[in-house]
Amino acid sequence: MLRIPCPHCGERDYTEFRYAGDASKVRPKHGTDDVKTWHDFVFLFDNPKGPHREYWQHVLGCRQWLVLERNTATNEVMGAVLARTREAS
Amino acid sequence: MTERYSALALARHALTGAPWERAWRAAEPRKSYDVVIIGGGGHGLATAYYLAKNHGITNVAVIEKSYIGSGNVGRNTTLIRSNYQMPGNTQFFEHSLQLWEGLSHELNYNAMVSQRGQIVLAHSPSQLDVVARKGNTMLLNGIDSELLDRGDVMRLLPYLDYSKDCRFPIYGGIIQRRAGTVRHDAVAWGYARAASNLGVDIIENCEVTGFVRDGERITGVETTKGRVLAGRTGIAVAGHTSAVAAMAGLRLPVESHILQAFVTEPIKPFVHHVISFGAELFYISQSDKGGLVFGGHIDGFNTYTQRGQLPKIQTVAECAVALIPGISRLRLLRHWGGIQDMTPDGSPFIGRTPLRDLYLNGGWCYQGFKATPASGWCFAHTIAHEDEHPLVRHMRLDRFERGNGLDEYGLGLWTYRQ
Repeated sequence: MLRIPCPHCGERDYTEFRYAGDASKVRPKHGTDDVKTWHDFVFLFDNPKGPHREYWQHVLGCRQWLVLERNTATNEVMGAVLARTREAS
Repeated sequence: MTERYSALALARHALTGAPWERAWRAAEPRKSYDVVIIGGGGHGLATAYYLAKNHGITNVAVIEKSYIGSGNVGRNTTLIRSNYQMPGNTQFFEHSLQLWEGLSHELNYNAMVSQRGQIVLAHSPSQLDVVARKGNTMLLNGIDSELLDRGDVMRLLPYLDYSKDCRFPIYGGIIQRRAGTVRHDAVAWGYARAASNLGVDIIENCEVTGFVRDGERITGVETTKGRVLAGRTGIAVAGHTSAVAAMAGLRLPVESHILQAFVTEPIKPFVHHVISFGAELFYISQSDKGGLVFGGHIDGFNTYTQRGQLPKIQTVAECAVALIPGISRLRLLRHWGGIQDMTPDGSPFIGRTPLRDLYLNGGWCYQGFKATPASGWCFAHTIAHEDEHPLVRHMRLDRFERGNGLDEYGLGLWTYRQ
């Protein structure tokens, strides 16, 4: 069972969370009119076999958004921070 | 050329005790080939076979990082069918089903193609309308399909839950009688043997570690057994497509996810068809050994580990028991996971890439196994003619840029994340 360390609620089963994709992508600036830039943001993934930063939402807990660091080759979890903390820094 | 398999050959070996020779040559890589296919799964081997058979290109190598049959070709639930309804998909998967029908003779290898019929169930009047429409699309394309009412389903599948208070009442369904199952290992071995007989080198335990580039052109691959030059290179490594494409500097619309499959302890013949539940993604059939084989959704987050998460076993088992209450006491014998490429629209890619002489076959989502013969057929054509086969023109890699997503289920993109 994948266990996710929620900064608020402690370590919980992954079934309490909802996966929401790659967190390393940077959303293009509002007003960007280049379609290729949006295409790359929406559709393309690095999809690495190894360390991966990804969004999870603790939907059956505190409902906060987290950024989890996990190795996709082993499912080893390196840690999680609140997404808003990371976005602010 | 290996010995032809026949009843006579079987009798000869049984009487004389003569050992069978290995089914395909153990090849070591040469310096260069006309075509190198990365990935010795079903799709890669089928591609090599049809390159040799249909296009006369026999100077071909298939490079496999492990052994033949170790990947997804041996990890699926072995179903074949052609009940699709998007223009393009319908014809492609029907071509595949027709190739399945003749495959054992074509390859001189018993793939145990069993056309036992697949039934898609409908659990509400509106869902019955939806499957009827699917059936009509199939009929208009010359594909067999029959509409079933509740009584028909009760006669065919008397063991489903028809009780008054069942959670998902059964209103009817459609059956494609030509659909069924195949022995998946035999598909890998049969294509490998047939391709090897036509001169293709099948190189096992050889991992591709990089590409040889000449500007915007790919001229070969670096492997753990040295550099191999290639006139053209094809990627057929679904599950790991992103990792291999990244070596060529390509980013793809692909995330790798794990799909689990399950088999129960063997019981006497009970489930005589392939059944697709309509209330959830769940499908079940019975293997020749008697085990019930079934599967459901992906686990839900990207991973390359071939070990599934336990909670998924519970949700899939709930589907099984909701559909067939009588199997609730059966024990699971095995369960396993395969890594599959998930794409935004749930459809695959076959075609050219932005790099010259590099071709891509991947993104198969849930549907790789049934597509194996047509995928190889069309990918071989695409490589041989440097242009997509008409049956796969809609599967181009740049379809999202062009606004041409191939949304088979009519539910929009990213359904696999919901």
